[in-house]
Amino acid sequence: MTIALALDAGLALLVLGVALWTIGAGPTFAAVVGFVAFGLLLALVWVRLAAVDVALTEAAIGSGVTGAVLIAAAARLRPTEPQSVGERPGATMRLVAALLSVLVFAGLAGIVLFPADPAPTLGPAAAAHLPELDVGNPVTAVLLAYRSVDTLLEKVVLLLALVGVWSLAPDRFWGGAPGVLRPARPDGALALLGRVLPPIGIVVGVYILWVGAIAPGGAFQAAATLAAMWLLVMIAGLRDPPETRLRSLRLLLVAGPAVFLAVGLAGFALPDGFLSYPVGHAKPIIIAIEAVLTLSIAVILGLLVAGPPERERQR
Amino acid sequence: MRALLDIVTVLAVLAGAVFFLAGTVGLLRFPDSLTRLHALTKADNLGLGLVVLGLLPQVDGALAALKLVAIWLLAQLAGATVSQMIARSMRRDGQRA
Repeated sequence: MTIALALDAGLALLVLGVALWTIGAGPTFAAVVGFVAFGLLLALVWVRLAAVDVALTEAAIGSGVTGAVLIAAAARLRPTEPQSVGERPGATMRLVAALLSVLVFAGLAGIVLFPADPAPTLGPAAAAHLPELDVGNPVTAVLLAYRSVDTLLEKVVLLLALVGVWSLAPDRFWGGAPGVLRPARPDGALALLGRVLPPIGIVVGVYILWVGAIAPGGAFQAAATLAAMWLLVMIAGLRDPPETRLRSLRLLLVAGPAVFLAVGLAGFALPDGFLSYPVGHAKPIIIAIEAVLTLSIAVILGLLVAGPPERERQR
Repeated sequence: MRALLDIVTVLAVLAGAVFFLAGTVGLLRFPDSLTRLHALTKADNLGLGLVVLGLLPQVDGALAALKLVAIWLLAQLAGATVSQMIARSMRRDGQRA
């Protein structure tokens, strides 16, 4: 018990230390590296809190995909970075940031020092209806049954984010292909990894999706794994990013949310309302939705990292 | 039998931890990036390999054991690739620091 406590305390201090280091890091790239390390350590914290689903998501999305987006952003900012080093936010901005930080800190401290007893929880309610859904993982049940509207809206937000990224492209590149993140020589070690890893990664991604019904895993983590494999192939220079005007690509992007929405609307006709599943068929429907969602999210995440179109469309 | 397997675990994981410690000391103390990379790969390959070896007697079922070994192999693949890329980018930029 005490050894576990000491390890947890060490982990917590490490997370705080890396967070402080990341804020204080000078070059943007160093700060991004700090952020990725911070995310991976945070995933370990979630594992220690027995929230393995959250840990997987933190590692895949919070650290992995977001880290890749930030690295791409840091690479784009590099030419202008020397001029911006001396810039500091104004006094008002710093004051507001400090006040908000103190507020968040006070809120957290309040929760830790004066915890509600008993702690409010929906855990028993979530577990009580698992047999009806035939889904073993309560997190999946919450995401795709109890609170499926939230998940549906979240997917639409992802699409909007991609539209936002694409909107950064100049008019003449609209519909063209995103720039390759970093041209690499095709004979390098990266190209080897780009050939060896994707078959393994795709199997892992499908496994994470499938196992999500009964154990930690699910559509988002699976999609992040698949997106990482696709990005690896693109970064290694084995395949070019697709043109964003392609009809097939755009169909893939909306397929997940569209199927989700169609199932939701069918709920009006069959059982008893939006996004309700017919009794006894919940699990196959949930897995079908998750499978299509995984494909769409994977393409969306890949294109989010690939960035706005940077090449003229081919005739 | 159980006690023997536990002893194997403790010894192998301890040996792995020693390699991680050595790799970390090397990362902090070695003079340039190439030697620091060299120190890190020891921690990745041998250290993680020994930790995985030590955990193998503790898992139940061949599938879990296979997963552990797969993690070690994937970490090696990623580590080797990243080391190559860092070393190559250093040679290209002519940095020795």
